[in-house]
Amino acid sequence: MPSHHSQKRLVGPLSRARGLGSAKHGLQHWWAQRVSAVALVPLTLWFVYSVVHLTGADQARVHDWLARPASAILMSLFIVAMFHHLALGLQTVIEDYVHREGVKLTALLLVKGLIVLTAAAALFTVLHVAVGG
Amino acid sequence: MTSTMSILHRITGVALGVGALLLTWWLLALLGEPSDFAAVQDFLGSIFGHFLLLGWTWALFYHLSNGIRHLVWDTGHALTLPNVYRGGWLVIGMSVVLTLATWLAGYWLR
Repeated sequence: MPSHHSQKRLVGPLSRARGLGSAKHGLQHWWAQRVSAVALVPLTLWFVYSVVHLTGADQARVHDWLARPASAILMSLFIVAMFHHLALGLQTVIEDYVHREGVKLTALLLVKGLIVLTAAAALFTVLHVAVGG
Repeated sequence: MTSTMSILHRITGVALGVGALLLTWWLLALLGEPSDFAAVQDFLGSIFGHFLLLGWTWALFYHLSNGIRHLVWDTGHALTLPNVYRGGWLVIGMSVVLTLATWLAGYWLR
């Protein structure tokens, strides 16, 4: 790690923070990634089990399945945990491979926006079906 | 092998992110006409759809198994070199076995 005292670089704290390097959210990010990972272990197994049982099902059958409270609750949790985990993971990947500041920031915002939009659509569908749409 | 497995964890993670888009499409089709949903199911039932689903099934089980391996490492366990390799082979074996089991179950229940 370069020492800012010895190099005498004219870079203020704000510029460093914009580089996403010193916002001090590293541990929070790391922890959230683990918490979502642990939650996703049982949720993913439930999801795979459910999808296998729905192989070849038509709309009415899938609809009935998702309308059940247990399915709706677990599916909502799966969507929230999975998209959160995805957002954190893709952030790490982008930060590791994209080094040009402007491109990195644009990519981070685009990916975050797409994930929030997709997650909202998925969650809305589950609630719509569960509440009796 | 260890570096390949590490990059595979990221590749499968990104691939599963694309799969999440498909899952959302499948869910949204529930709100449309029965023919809309049938279109999604037909796509998934095609050879290309099966190819994608098979890939995603393996990616999911690889990412899940290797993710658990990472969580074990986070607790400070299994960090000796022989254990890292043993865990690696276990993850590869588990991902293949679970993928086959899932698809056999799918065909059996169809």
